[in-house]
Amino acid sequence: MTELPLIGEAIAVAAHPQLAGAKIGVVTFPGTLDDRDAARAVRLAGGTAVPLWHADSALGDVDAVVIPGGFSYGDYLRAGAIARFAPLMSKIIDAANSDAKLPVLGICNGFQILTESHLLPGSMIKNDHLKFMCRDQVLRVENSNTAWTLDYEAGQEITVPLKNQDGQYIADEKVLDALEAEGRVVFRYVGFNPNGSRRDIAGISNAAGNVVGLMPHPEHAVEAGFGPASLDGIGGSDTDGLGFFTSVLNKIVGGAK
Amino acid sequence: MSTSAETVGRKFNIDTVENAAKTPDTELPWAELGLKQNEFDEVVKVLGRRPTGAELAMYSVMWSEHCSYKSSKNHLRQFGEKVTDEMKKDMLVGIGENAGVTNLGDGWAVTFKIESHNSPSFVEPYQGAATGIGGIVRDIISMGARPVAVMDPLRFGAIDHPDTARVMHGAVAGIGGYGNSLGLPNIGGEMVFDSVYQGNPLVNALAVGVMRHEDIRLANASGKGNKVVLFGARTGGDGIGGASVLASESFDDTKPSKRPAVQVGDPFAEKVLIECCLELFKGSLVEGIQDLGAAGISCATSELASNGDGGMQVELTSVLLRDPTLTPGEILMSESQERMMAVVTPENIAAFEAVMDKWAVEYSWLGEVTDTGRLIITWEGEVIVDVDPRTVAHDGPVYDRPYARPEWQDSVQADSFTGSVQDAGRPAAPAELAAAVTELIASPNMCSKDWITNQYDRYVGGNTALAFPDDAGVVRVDEETGLGVALATDANGRYTYLDPYHGAQLALAEAYRNVATSGAVPMAVSDCLNFGSPEDPDVMWQLAEAIRGLSDACMVLGIPVTGGNVSLYNQTGTTPIHPSPVVAVLGKLDDVARRTPSGWREDGQAIYLLGTTAAELDGSEWANMRGHLGGLPPKVDLAAERALGEILINASRDGMVDSAHDLSEGGLAAALVESSLRYGVGARIALQDVMDRDGVDLFTALFSETQGRAVVGVPRSEEVRFTDMCTARGFAHTRIGVVDAASGQLEINGVDTLSLAALREAHEATLPKYFD
Repeated sequence: MTELPLIGEAIAVAAHPQLAGAKIGVVTFPGTLDDRDAARAVRLAGGTAVPLWHADSALGDVDAVVIPGGFSYGDYLRAGAIARFAPLMSKIIDAANSDAKLPVLGICNGFQILTESHLLPGSMIKNDHLKFMCRDQVLRVENSNTAWTLDYEAGQEITVPLKNQDGQYIADEKVLDALEAEGRVVFRYVGFNPNGSRRDIAGISNAAGNVVGLMPHPEHAVEAGFGPASLDGIGGSDTDGLGFFTSVLNKIVGGAK
Repeated sequence: MSTSAETVGRKFNIDTVENAAKTPDTELPWAELGLKQNEFDEVVKVLGRRPTGAELAMYSVMWSEHCSYKSSKNHLRQFGEKVTDEMKKDMLVGIGENAGVTNLGDGWAVTFKIESHNSPSFVEPYQGAATGIGGIVRDIISMGARPVAVMDPLRFGAIDHPDTARVMHGAVAGIGGYGNSLGLPNIGGEMVFDSVYQGNPLVNALAVGVMRHEDIRLANASGKGNKVVLFGARTGGDGIGGASVLASESFDDTKPSKRPAVQVGDPFAEKVLIECCLELFKGSLVEGIQDLGAAGISCATSELASNGDGGMQVELTSVLLRDPTLTPGEILMSESQERMMAVVTPENIAAFEAVMDKWAVEYSWLGEVTDTGRLIITWEGEVIVDVDPRTVAHDGPVYDRPYARPEWQDSVQADSFTGSVQDAGRPAAPAELAAAVTELIASPNMCSKDWITNQYDRYVGGNTALAFPDDAGVVRVDEETGLGVALATDANGRYTYLDPYHGAQLALAEAYRNVATSGAVPMAVSDCLNFGSPEDPDVMWQLAEAIRGLSDACMVLGIPVTGGNVSLYNQTGTTPIHPSPVVAVLGKLDDVARRTPSGWREDGQAIYLLGTTAAELDGSEWANMRGHLGGLPPKVDLAAERALGEILINASRDGMVDSAHDLSEGGLAAALVESSLRYGVGARIALQDVMDRDGVDLFTALFSETQGRAVVGVPRSEEVRFTDMCTARGFAHTRIGVVDAASGQLEINGVDTLSLAALREAHEATLPKYFD
């Protein structure tokens, strides 16, 4: 286990007495970039963030796991291709597939790692315009029944930042049809498809709904003053992404009762 | 892993110190390595014998213009001399270290620096720009800081020149590809197109980092018996002689390609290096640390040793290599990226190695600190370097290069835009003025830079409070208190060409104004002085004047230069670039929640113009668009800049303004459009009061580039308080309009109505048109 080298101390949030008991693991690979942001999002949502190190061989007693964005081991081969073999990943895969159905959220590089790990189908290739793109993206929540979307309403539109080079979601038609039929397309790009993803898909889930992956970054839309509305004046709110984290925390706490 | 298997048994004809003493007449390739005859003679004099091949390699790179500042040193001294007690108050580490350090309060310190990576970025734009980011970030780490943001001022050739697209695509992708992989938000920069930069694009890079006071680290090797370790990437053949060959010479088409002298970057290695260094600092596991940049191991060993209290002994075959065929001289000169050198006490060796192993970073122990006062480098035990490290690192040649005001300066200054051929048909009718505003904000230098900035991550870290296109980038440092820093970089090559002394001051004034506009208190300056060849007296005069102007202005504004870099020989043949002193100003915000963005949002808020407007169109964007460059740049009034800064800072702190935008290139016209487009909210503007008071016509009111001005949005409830403050301070302020959220238009009396949709389309179409 490693200590996340944060800038400054954790924000003093009046932790929800119940939610604070829920522990969400945040995975750090050597090239992970958004781990501090994911940990902050967990704290702002009222939960407790637990740092997890890629080389660890145990998950500990976390109630859910976030695999944040970045470049895991450099990703010079293919995004996430090596990361899936990390010691910690096999534990995450087992826990996600177990009866306990550990909630797992993969953001950006984390989504790529989840597809490489076959927890989610399909794959990500280079953006169709071949450039890195950072923008505020409107998403429609298509499925509000997953572990990470319970606090949203189906059809709700949210604005969260998107930033990646390899964000074009692809899968064969049969898989795409199945995803649609089973309600596993969780998020769709609205207004503008930023990378050429098939059927405007921004995020998907596994059949059980405990594993969700998406390319945009909800952890960058959790704090007033630092989200899309403040930085770019786009969208009405800085905190549209907070619902991911409150969703899973409420589920964990509710399930424990 | 203390020795490298590949190097064992490698045999070269090693030129030892013993051998050098015995063979004084051996011919050495000093000229090919960039040394001049007098410099080589000086090396022989210092050593009392001819240098060995390895020593020659070290002296040649460390005595290059890039590393030794030999042409600028005599002038740069002013930055250290023109310093008042007020300016020293918050300076924790001054010029001379890897980067200066400024006290932020609450136990926090901030370090920042701007550097050039110009020549490599012309030869190989992607790698040149990428390693520019890498190098400046390592400078920041070397101080003990966690890097928290980067910025990159860019100056390229004409937008429609075919080679500009090559440089643009490569450099922007390189900055993004490298910076985005480090987890550092890119919060701003500049993009200027001008044919003077065609063969000499400027790629400058700024990094800022923060630390607790107790974590400040310096580059020195002290304590006899402490171990010297090299860690990070392996040493390869890339960038050999980069500093001496590329950065210190002008480009000349007749010589062979210099591509091999450009370094190649590995951002993942750098990211791991950042985390691993921070863990070393946290555990207090290193006594001294130095990054490897220009001149590689030559620089790191000689600087660490000369800044310490003794000497250093190093076995060069212990260096881990990517290319086992490298000679000792090449190993000493290699500029392979992502490497650091540190001094570790024997007690901390095990803990140091544990950190390296955790992050899977390779390292090798090279030697130790001694008390001999000498830097001794051996190859399989044989001495190949035996020097006083100061002679390598600090006692390089210093030139008092001749300089003189160019003969052409007077005639250029006499050629004012007003009344010139290019000024014919100056817009006056409402339709003409509307077309002029649209043309201005679509022009290469004034158009939206989204095409560039959308390739950079501005969100990572979660602490970005303002980023491009706001006047300054703002990053939160302390999540508890909201303490943060603001940064802006500015330069105007045309102003500096017209008048180097005042042009450099204008760059400082603009960066200062931009920081104050965000609500931050300006605290420190870093500068990147991009000029032509110092061997040309005209250029040398520009450099001397710019440094004199900048250092004088820093005194008046009360903010010290804490570091920077000089990039000379930016010229093709005998044609230099415009003198381009890029000035970065850092400011402090007690709470970033109070920062002021550059656009207005609230319907009905009053819009005020602060400052007075004179007819100053020489060197302006408008004149530039009409192909004219002559006359005198706008007047510098540093007292007014300081007064304006105080108003903007107080107004931000006390909630009297909701938006503020400085007036600079493109004047009021550009500021009004940008403030409207920032959040897509329109305004109704009337400038009659300004025109009557200042005696200017509408065109001049819109396009003049008079300094010391800003446009602010004031909530109705704060109007009295705000105007009272301006009146009390005797600062000119005029209500010029009101925010109109419903209209979707920018309406300026006397100008045909401009729809925001059309303005945005014109503003955003330019870069995609040339580069998509």
